[in-house]
Amino acid sequence: MKLLIKGGRIVDPANKRDEAGDILLEGARISKVAKNIRCAGAKIIDAKGKVVMPGLVDMHVHLRQPGLEDKETVATGTQAALKGGVTSVLAMPNTTPTIDCPESAELLKKIVQKSAKASVYICGAITEGRRGGKLTEISQLKAKGVIAISDDGASVDSDQLFLKAFKEAKRHKLLLICHSEDKALSRGGVVNLGFVSTRMGLRGISSESEYKRLQRDINLAQKAGAAVHIAHVSCKESVEIIRRAKEKGLQVTAETAPHYFALTEEEVVGFDTNMKMNPPLRSRADLEAVKKGLKCGIIDLIASDHAPHTENEKDIEFDRAAFGTIGLETELAVSITELVHMKILSWPELVRKLALNPAKILGIDKGTLGLGCDADLVIVSPEEEWIVNKEDIVSKSKNSAFLGKKLKGKVEYTICGGKIAYC
Amino acid sequence: MVAWQKKDLLGLENLTAEEIELILSTAESFKEVTTREIKKVPALRGKTVVNLFYEPSTRTRVSFEVAAKRLSADVINIATETSSVKKGETLIDTGKNIQALKADILVVRHSASGACVTLARHLGISVINAGDGWHEHPTQALLDIFTLKEKLGKIKGLKVSIVGDIAHSRVARSNIWGLSKLGAQVTVCAPKMLIPPGIEKMGAGVTCNIDQALKDADAVNVLRMQFERDEGEAFPNQLEYFKQFGITTERLKSLKKNIVVMHPGPLNRGIEISSEVADGANSVILEQVTNGIAVRMAVLYLVSGATTK
Repeated sequence: MKLLIKGGRIVDPANKRDEAGDILLEGARISKVAKNIRCAGAKIIDAKGKVVMPGLVDMHVHLRQPGLEDKETVATGTQAALKGGVTSVLAMPNTTPTIDCPESAELLKKIVQKSAKASVYICGAITEGRRGGKLTEISQLKAKGVIAISDDGASVDSDQLFLKAFKEAKRHKLLLICHSEDKALSRGGVVNLGFVSTRMGLRGISSESEYKRLQRDINLAQKAGAAVHIAHVSCKESVEIIRRAKEKGLQVTAETAPHYFALTEEEVVGFDTNMKMNPPLRSRADLEAVKKGLKCGIIDLIASDHAPHTENEKDIEFDRAAFGTIGLETELAVSITELVHMKILSWPELVRKLALNPAKILGIDKGTLGLGCDADLVIVSPEEEWIVNKEDIVSKSKNSAFLGKKLKGKVEYTICGGKIAYC
Repeated sequence: MVAWQKKDLLGLENLTAEEIELILSTAESFKEVTTREIKKVPALRGKTVVNLFYEPSTRTRVSFEVAAKRLSADVINIATETSSVKKGETLIDTGKNIQALKADILVVRHSASGACVTLARHLGISVINAGDGWHEHPTQALLDIFTLKEKLGKIKGLKVSIVGDIAHSRVARSNIWGLSKLGAQVTVCAPKMLIPPGIEKMGAGVTCNIDQALKDADAVNVLRMQFERDEGEAFPNQLEYFKQFGITTERLKSLKKNIVVMHPGPLNRGIEISSEVADGANSVILEQVTNGIAVRMAVLYLVSGATTK
């Protein structure tokens, strides 16, 4: 099977390419990239006026399997990914059971082999049950194919234990991803602490609960001489702490999610539980700082923190509703709308944030359109506008913070492993 | 005069000054009814009002019940401890079942902020917020405003101080919205830890100094200090609170002679207010309770005739 993508604007920062051209895919690989390719027998996709880029690598996704199949499955989650132009995901370990032992990692691996429609990489837990009490057997997890560890959704409170975790992660060359949150400060909170929490009478989550813990996490990583990746950066102080850490030359990388540069706490007014996430939507100043962080390279990448929840868990009292928004199907469009069209990032910079940088940080061979590389691509109509409709969502859960929002930039084709996986 | 159009009363934040005035003037005519020998009008005959209370309440629930009965409505009280809620039924399911029983107005008290907003979105029948979490308690603020207007003849230009646990008070929030919309100047006063961030953006002045808060005040609304909270959020010491913030005869001496003292109840005598003041000449605490009936009659009457059902 040969696929020839003709005349698109190829944006491939890994190979310093940003120009119109053709790409030939043979089997599951990219076989040629050139100005004008002719190839008899190839199926042709006309990409004139479109942007052709590597498939997105989303390193923060909750696929919910095993155990939480009412929210999402590997099959539905990866289908949603493809619709959003995402061809590789890192699956978070907060499933039932937790991915904290070789058996559960093996279980997930089997589900992935059987049902995944895109590349799924596995993130294991740092501690057993993500309870912060006892470290998992990192070497055994690694042997089962786990490529990173995180207690996402929870933070290890004990400095001593977390330092040990960093040392272990370093020893086994696994990336450690931090959910930086001091629950002693944020407990019970449901929305950013500030005027909106006051006005609505909801318990607030301070920025302090995020950035204080984030600073600690960086300090411990430094002490262990280990790399650290910070998940879902949401507030200005966190951006500043990461800036200083990078200035010092520490091995710190950071991600943010589209909702933190597209939405503010104001969205919560009206008690829409799709706007309830953790960390919470913050203030305008925080949003601007996150955007600036993306622009200056302080924040390395964008990941969706795709967090599906059923209607039963969302359509209830705000205090009781589950935290999280889905994001796989909208992250590219939101990023184009808010960052490219608003001139915060160029197209090549966007591709770095959404594909190349996460691939590099995870150490996987993705995010590039180089010769011989995996034929994972996305073709986008950069100017096309569309509205996020609940009916169109393919994820099993519909809890999107972007429902009803108009976005500019639409995925036309997603090609995964050389095959048209979405169009 | 504007016509009432909203199917629900969820808070004062989203009401206009005209809508608040309409409720107040409607309440005035209903107050007259409550002074008659036969205190009943047929305005809501054939309608069913359901009181759904997820939090303990005597004053507000009874007040709504009396109000609905004086309008000739049929009233059903549901205490959630003895209902299907105990069996795990969700808020929205409970609401939909009550709607299916063909109730017309649902009066809801809930411990979660926004619960009434969520419910109103799912129901075609009217929802009246009888207090949701720390969010709003619109009928309490309306009866406070009604009482103030009755006592002082106007609201515009009045200086009203609200003293107490502002952070956790739905009464404070509704009063700030309502009073400032009608042109009063509101000041909130509390220990610093009980002043929530950004409250000044709601239109209230802020001080931690009780004397400053009361200096030129025409009225003071004294909030209940909730020392029964087990979250360690209230002021740490009751006696100290009384010394620093308690409304006492001593404090009243240096203030406007006819300062109106209000309290939404239930009282903590000797904590936020001294008995002399609570029972004294400046206190309108029991009048508030009486006025609550007229105000709730007005609200029930207006939402039942809403034009945008």
